Amino acid sequence: MAFLSLERVSKEFGTFTAVCDVDLAIEKGEFVSLLGPSGCGKTTTLQMIAGLVEPTKGRISLDGRDITHEKPNRRGLGVVFQSYALFPHMTVAQNVAFGLEMRRIPQAERTERVREALALVQLSAFADRYPRQLSGGQRQRVAIARALVIAPPVLLLDEPLSNLDAKLREEMQFELRRIQRKVGTTTIMVTHDQAEALSISDRVVVMESGRMTQVDAPYRLYEQPSNAFISSFVGKTNLLAGTWRRGGASSGAEIGGVLLETPAPEIADGTPVTLSIRPEKILLCDAGAGRLDGRVASRFFLGSQWLFTVETPLGIMTVSIPNHGEEPPAEGSPVGLDWSPANLRVIADNAAAA
Amino acid sequence: MHKNGPVALIFHILVLTFVLAPLVIICLVAFTPENTLSLPTAGLSLRWFEAVFAHPDFVASFWNSIWLATLSATLAVVFAVPAGLAISRYTFPGRDFLNALFLSPLIIPHLVLGVAFLRLFALIGATGSFAWLVATHIIIVTPYVLRLVLAALSGLDRSAEQAARTLGAGEWTTFRRVTAPMILPGITGGWLLAFINSFDELTMSIFVTSPATVTLPVRMYMYATESIDPMMAAVSALMIAITAVAMLVLDRAFGLDRILVGQR
Amino acid sequence: MTPRPSTFAVPWLLAGPGALFFVGLVLLPLALTVILSFHAYDYSTGIQNTFTLSHYVAVVTDGYYLEIFARTLRIAALTTLICAAIGVPEAYILSRMRDPWRSIFLLVIIGPLLVSVVVRTFGWSMLLGSQGLVNQALQLLGFPPVRILYTETAIVVALVHVMLPFMVIPVWTALQKLDPMVEAAAWTLGASHFTALRRVVMPQATLGMLSGSLIVFGLSASAFAVPALLGGRRLKMAATLVYDEYLQELNWPLGATIAIIVLAANLCIMLAYNRMVEARARRTLG
Repeated sequence: MAFLSLERVSKEFGTFTAVCDVDLAIEKGEFVSLLGPSGCGKTTTLQMIAGLVEPTKGRISLDGRDITHEKPNRRGLGVVFQSYALFPHMTVAQNVAFGLEMRRIPQAERTERVREALALVQLSAFADRYPRQLSGGQRQRVAIARALVIAPPVLLLDEPLSNLDAKLREEMQFELRRIQRKVGTTTIMVTHDQAEALSISDRVVVMESGRMTQVDAPYRLYEQPSNAFISSFVGKTNLLAGTWRRGGASSGAEIGGVLLETPAPEIADGTPVTLSIRPEKILLCDAGAGRLDGRVASRFFLGSQWLFTVETPLGIMTVSIPNHGEEPPAEGSPVGLDWSPANLRVIADNAAAA
Repeated sequence: MHKNGPVALIFHILVLTFVLAPLVIICLVAFTPENTLSLPTAGLSLRWFEAVFAHPDFVASFWNSIWLATLSATLAVVFAVPAGLAISRYTFPGRDFLNALFLSPLIIPHLVLGVAFLRLFALIGATGSFAWLVATHIIIVTPYVLRLVLAALSGLDRSAEQAARTLGAGEWTTFRRVTAPMILPGITGGWLLAFINSFDELTMSIFVTSPATVTLPVRMYMYATESIDPMMAAVSALMIAITAVAMLVLDRAFGLDRILVGQR
Repeated sequence: MTPRPSTFAVPWLLAGPGALFFVGLVLLPLALTVILSFHAYDYSTGIQNTFTLSHYVAVVTDGYYLEIFARTLRIAALTTLICAAIGVPEAYILSRMRDPWRSIFLLVIIGPLLVSVVVRTFGWSMLLGSQGLVNQALQLLGFPPVRILYTETAIVVALVHVMLPFMVIPVWTALQKLDPMVEAAAWTLGASHFTALRRVVMPQATLGMLSGSLIVFGLSASAFAVPALLGGRRLKMAATLVYDEYLQELNWPLGATIAIIVLAANLCIMLAYNRMVEARARRTLG
């Protein structure tokens, strides 16, 4: 039995189904992200786990205990809110101590645990400040300390980094992971940022209009997206629509008269399919030397890499190559595109070409 | 997640009843066919509304009040807009004093303003004229306009004005074509609020009106202290109706909660 | 907005006419009234050109006036207390509603602010009269009829009705500034609904409540229409007393004295409030 499990959990607001039949089992100590565009039901799912929203159907259990209808103040879960929801009239130390106070922890122990929690998030010097005197990143860490100090069995993070600027967000990702590793608390994070989800989670749950569509480790999610939506939502990709052709020796998809070889599961001849290939899996070579010829339409220098758009008979393809320190083909020049057939993937769900 | 429990809802209903009861009873009694203040149990009648319109004093006072409110609200805008521009756009010696001076009628009880005007008018011999009554009402309603103008100006995106300047507009053109349209909602809201406050004012007016310039609230007060018959209810119902219309206009146009809540 | 550092002339040209008007019609009359309060008065010959402190002495020593002041303070305090007891929870309930109900009910609660006080007071005189709805309801329930009109109760009831929006508005504003998730955060940390209210919501509403209380107290203590129409001849408050001194007794200097005392009390309250707000702001801003 998983540590935290959701069984066929649904939430309806009137006629609108925000979350539909979510089944999720999370092991102790795991860091799981709920990833999806806004309105996909990920925050509602988190709020149902926190007890702030009551599920319409289904069952939530924690460590074998049914908590589906338990009040939020009895669950003992740590929640970090998107807005941080710090108590504006209390100092940092008072904010962090609040949960311990509610648990009637004696004063001496309380002080000690607040001190430890603030040390963990590296805010010891700010104990007597008020939230409004802190920067966004500091408030964020107060919120984490406040949620962790009560030693919750599960830590819930609702878009914890969305209010921070890009540079700080990256720092806080590592910080969050460091803290989580150190404390070992089972953690669920809601985010709409795929890079964030991929970089810090053990597993990522992708949600689309109220349903879970794929649950996988970040690497597998990226390499084997189960549908076109995920392949374009998680990272960049080139999607090619074509028809499946089964030959004797080789099989592949025919697109605009070109047959692209790819190893693929059993698919009947003539089935329409969508192929996906990541920009960084395509190599640029001399015209005529690759599997496909094209012309550089535009190129962008991104520092660590170059991003190309290449006009090909199959349409515009996006290609990214690492910056090797020398200038790549100029705009307008003819190039060849090459790739390993294993990297050209058939997307199971060919209906939703994004 | 944010739901009010049954106790809260019962409390809410009681408060609503308390708030609405006196207004509802007025509107009901106004339609009574009886000669006494009573609920119209035996059918509705418009006789007391007809009585109001046939009562020359009430009609005269009504028009007095309408003119007074229109003039004082308009002149308050004339004072408040430039004052608001000066206070919000410039730093100059005396700025805080000006701000306090223009807003002071909000914290001086109307009763005190009334007796103060009375003393001034007695000394300069300016009793009983409509023009002086308008002047006193301008004092009372200007702060309402000024506050909304200041709020509108401070909420204004200055870069739109700067854009107009870079596109070649002069200072006056910029004000006329960019600033004024952007603060117009604040000005209009302020005008309506000023109108209503002037139209409703009793405590100060009672000291400075003469028999020829009696306003509707003062007339009603005088009438209510002498005799109480359903005509009073009919006038009150009319006033509620006028206020309700003004309120709806304010609410549709600007959001009443924003204007009233922004006040304090 | 950063005010533009500028010449002296432009802003004064803009605000000057209004400023002159306000000096002439606010400061001057107030100064004249202060002077008036020191003029001697004679019942047969009127206002004298000699100066005296006797009106102030009379007002603070004569039991008649002291009783009226005591009543004014008592009624204003009671009104404030009841307004807080009703207005604070109501503002909280409103803030937890969803739109459109929230906007509609907020309008219903604060809308009467725009209806003339005379009208609202008249409504209460009909409700509270000897044949009014309240008495009829009491009789239906088997209670003997009570005399409410022309009592302090009637004044307080009507004043609460008139002042309630002034309490709801600042509390509502304060609660609007509160992140609704803050309350949820307290729950997840183990606080019950009541504890979350007491420890997290109330401290936020307090400043609004204080500000509302001062407005309500100040306006109640200088209210005229309600005591004039519901208090009858005997139950005078400060404002009705001033009215009588001016327009019935014609003792303007004495009336001016009382008016000045009312004004001074009001300004003291406002100053005290500003001090308090600043102190509080310093505490939380650091």
